[in-house]
Amino acid sequence: MILEVKNLTMKFDNKEIFRDINFKLEPGSMTALLGPNGTGKTTLINILMKLLIPTGGSFKFSDDVKLGYVPQFRNIDSEYPLSIKSFVALNTPFFKNKQVKQTIQEELEEVHLADIQNIRMGEASGGQKQRAYLAQALLDKPNMIILDEATASLDPVAKEELMQLITHLNQKHQMTVLFVTHDLPLAKRFMKEYLYLNHGKIEQGKMGDFVGDYE
Amino acid sequence: MFEFVFMRYAFLASTFIAITCGVVGVYVVARNYSFLAHTLSEIGFAGAAFGVFLGIDPLWGMLLFTLLGSVSVGELSLHSDQKESSISAISALFIGLGVLFLAISNANSRYATSILFGSIIGVDKEGVIRLVALSVIVLLLLGLVQRQLNFDSFDHIGAVAHGVKVGLVSFVFLISLAMAVSIGSQIVGSLLVFILLTLPASSARYLGKSVPSMLLWAVGIALVGVWLGLYLGFITNWPVTFFIAMIEVVIYLVVYFIHLIRHKL
Repeated sequence: MILEVKNLTMKFDNKEIFRDINFKLEPGSMTALLGPNGTGKTTLINILMKLLIPTGGSFKFSDDVKLGYVPQFRNIDSEYPLSIKSFVALNTPFFKNKQVKQTIQEELEEVHLADIQNIRMGEASGGQKQRAYLAQALLDKPNMIILDEATASLDPVAKEELMQLITHLNQKHQMTVLFVTHDLPLAKRFMKEYLYLNHGKIEQGKMGDFVGDYE
Repeated sequence: MFEFVFMRYAFLASTFIAITCGVVGVYVVARNYSFLAHTLSEIGFAGAAFGVFLGIDPLWGMLLFTLLGSVSVGELSLHSDQKESSISAISALFIGLGVLFLAISNANSRYATSILFGSIIGVDKEGVIRLVALSVIVLLLLGLVQRQLNFDSFDHIGAVAHGVKVGLVSFVFLISLAMAVSIGSQIVGSLLVFILLTLPASSARYLGKSVPSMLLWAVGIALVGVWLGLYLGFITNWPVTFFIAMIEVVIYLVVYFIHLIRHKL
């Protein structure tokens, strides 16, 4: 088990987001966290990332977990000055040794950005930006990655490319994937398991067996 | 002109000030703190006037006020919905106080002029040592948090997601900014210190694509401005601040138009 969530409850003031949710994730699993917009998917992720404190319950990652996280929104406007490479390398020391430089290069290649690493992030396409966010999260060599609505604003080609990349990370590097999305057809094509969060409850199962209709 | 001791002091002090303001400026612009830098310079004016009123060196009054101001205004601007209007109110308060302190201290108008417009030519040996020491402290402070500061300034959301202590980074940066405002005011004056804190860094955003290259460009452009400004001031007897302001504006406009032509045509 890489993650165990027990009786997790979250309230904002008087509004209950979810109550007593329980689930477990296995190492190497590839899970879609599904649910309509506004059901608390991002809230759940923020709790798992320790950015929010839950009102009740607990969760535990396995001791050997190394988490990578790609949040839903970023402030990168068209005037943003850093190159893709510099952006990916933000979480590294100012003076980089050979090994750090090599890791940056490896991750840029992993996400197919090595050829365009010197263009500015502000000038990159949505898909390229999203892959740069992913590369930045991969720099610490995580064994589990959480992506929040990573495909939400992408065109079909960029979506396909990103999903194949995530599949590759899962299959070739045995990375555990938790992929937050409200895009059901996409999840059905690429994910193996699902967590379905709606009306404050969560259910878990194999992606092929999912019959929820978001009502 | 280097046969004059005061010019040697002026060059030495402004070199360190330009380096400090260039470096700090990169983060001021990246964090969208230009307006805050401007407010801090007004708070600095009040602090300097307070120093004159107490009969101590204006620099200490300035440091005291900008340090207090930067941390409180910084908090306010991060958390308040009415960011701009609350900062404007604080500016008004401090400019008012500055005028009052100057009036009740019976200082002559030379003091007010040198606080507002700078007086690098008047800096003595002790002043130079103080400015260099303060510059080094600012650079060391930023060096201590450089990794987190780069991450937070250029990708705040990513830094939060990575568990970077952004509150601490912001606090250290605000202290550095306050010190940079105080020392920068010594050459260009509190009225125009935000020139050195924003224009070289804004130009550098168009020229550099990595944090180190932006830092180098910003420092380089700030240095060109103060060196050339001092030289032109020396040979023409016009105010150094005027030349520094013009040089920085011209460099910014040239870089900006080149950027426009390259990207829009």
